[in-house]
Amino acid sequence: MSGFLALIGRDLRLARRQGADVAMTLAFFVVVVALFPLGLGPTPALLARIAPGVLWVTALLAAMLSFDRLFQQDADDGGLDLLALSGLPLAVVALAKAVAHWLTTGLPTVLLAPLLAVTLDLPAAAYPALMAGLLLGTPTVSLLGTVGAALVVGARRAGVLVALIVLPLTIPVLIFGVAAVEAGSAGLETRPHLLLLAALLAGAVPLAPLAAGAALRQAVE
Amino acid sequence: MHRFANPTRFLRLANALLPWLGVAAVGLLGYGLWLGLLNSPADYQQGETVRIMYVHVPAAWVALAGYSTLALASAAFLVWKHPLADLAARAASPVGAGFTAIALVTGALWGQPMWGTWWVWDARLTSVLVLFFLYLGHMALTNAFDDPERGGKAGAVLALVGVVNLPIIKFSVDWWNTLHQPASVLRMGGSTIDPAMLTPLFVMAGGYFAVFAVALLLRIRALYAERRLRQLRLSLPDA
Amino acid sequence: MTGTDQLDVRNLSASRGGRPVFRDLSFSLASGGALRLAGRNGGGKTTLLRIVAGLGRADTGEVLWNGEPVTDDREAHAGRVGWLGHADALKTALTARENVEAALRVAGRPTDRLGDALDALALTRLAELPAGWLSSGQRRRTALARVLASGASLWLLDEPTVGLDAASVAALERAIAAHRAEGGMVIAATHTALDLGDDAVDLDPAAHADAGRLPEAVA
Repeated sequence: MSGFLALIGRDLRLARRQGADVAMTLAFFVVVVALFPLGLGPTPALLARIAPGVLWVTALLAAMLSFDRLFQQDADDGGLDLLALSGLPLAVVALAKAVAHWLTTGLPTVLLAPLLAVTLDLPAAAYPALMAGLLLGTPTVSLLGTVGAALVVGARRAGVLVALIVLPLTIPVLIFGVAAVEAGSAGLETRPHLLLLAALLAGAVPLAPLAAGAALRQAVE
Repeated sequence: MHRFANPTRFLRLANALLPWLGVAAVGLLGYGLWLGLLNSPADYQQGETVRIMYVHVPAAWVALAGYSTLALASAAFLVWKHPLADLAARAASPVGAGFTAIALVTGALWGQPMWGTWWVWDARLTSVLVLFFLYLGHMALTNAFDDPERGGKAGAVLALVGVVNLPIIKFSVDWWNTLHQPASVLRMGGSTIDPAMLTPLFVMAGGYFAVFAVALLLRIRALYAERRLRQLRLSLPDA
Repeated sequence: MTGTDQLDVRNLSASRGGRPVFRDLSFSLASGGALRLAGRNGGGKTTLLRIVAGLGRADTGEVLWNGEPVTDDREAHAGRVGWLGHADALKTALTARENVEAALRVAGRPTDRLGDALDALALTRLAELPAGWLSSGQRRRTALARVLASGASLWLLDEPTVGLDAASVAALERAIAAHRAEGGMVIAATHTALDLGDDAVDLDPAAHADAGRLPEAVA
């Protein structure tokens, strides 16, 4: 347990020292969301209609940008060997990495989303569902991304590849996340959607680190 | 498993099976097409367009069977670490992707006269599209490494992750579809299908599976030859 | 360290990229023992070190610690290994001290040897600088300090002297001598004249490249 927390602590400290990396991901999130009104016109009704999808899809794309470095940096500098020899099972290493990734990328995205939602004219009733959905959904995305990141260690064009293999797996998160916001906008019950997102997270927490751990073992060998 | 795990024995078996499978494929497809296109009734609702079903539905079946093959071979490779299972997985994904593409294209061709548009975000079509994406990701990942063994293992893990996710994706797409398309879409097949249509459908399915088996075995054989070549070149002395 | 441990490598064969590097390699090492891996590039020195560490996989054969295969309990074996790879595994944004400390904490090891380890390699004054500011020799020393501070009994060092000046090599030799005196073991792959101390044995994995060759036991 202490090793697990120490690894999260180390990654958080690294992210703080190299703050530009996190800032770039968030800047990407903001810029891409801003492109939609520019591309589709500023009609408030249209923007409010597409806001849930735009915010969720952009949050997914922003997350994809950060995955290729998740293990590759450690693999390049020899740190992955040290992690493999840390005595922590590699599945636990993967879980720690996913937690650190979510804290540095997922959580800031969740906090930024309502600000961007304002610019897209999202109805006020939809905000709780947007926030709750992102809070439940982005950890699942981080976990799936950790699997992808572990699989592409050492691959050519790892950045594109990780998006290509992870994005299809995130489709359920996208569907239920957007559905929750739309239900909120329409004043309907959002609980079923949020419960489904929670179920996905509950499934991903044990399974994704196992797959990522197996992939890391292959990358080390 | 281990009886066929010997590459030479496997190759001998494959070479023995291939001509028979080839004849079966040509025969079944020929007979099935004759039945389906000329010797079966038109649908009272869909008219002659229903004949697209005979090339579309078996393709979708084989697309799914291809992913099962991929997943089983991947599991076998991870458990027993046998190189033939790796080759089978590598061979299965482009072949499966090909049949998925056939299913998508024929689906679009069927959709044009039936729905008046080439593409509809129908739950089935969307699920098949996602299946196609999973195949693409698997192919890209297995070929992205300089060390083929690493690519094979990474691909195997991804294939198994995909198997766990497929039902979830299918469920979410169905859910999404009912949210966004409450109007009932005309579905192909269904329980009321005429027996006169079932015969050509099953004959075609047999033909498709035979083609799948032929393509799979040919590709395994080619990949095996490629790997042997690599091993021989690596075993040359330095000088 | 109890001083009565035993490392046995039995009939190890390994390949890299489908190409065999050595076959039927065997040796044993007891507490206080040292082994130098020498030989040409591509001879399998790193491959052998990785397998002994539990990082690499052997085609056949096994690595035993006190008679137990190390693959039976990877976590326990990892606790015995002090690993220095050919890369330094330092995070440039962390200071030298933070790098070593983080590695110790992630591995659940005590940090009480940290100060001595930095001292031994003359890093005390550099320890608060980001690793990215250090020269390659200073980084190598930091990576070595991580091994010294680990308290692990089996040091596995891949080219430890790369980038080191004469004084640092001497410091490393003293550290190795002290480690062996405490009952630790050292296996080092090196091209240079690193003195592992008395009774250190030489092994060239590439000499075991041919099939059918009899394994020769050392130490």
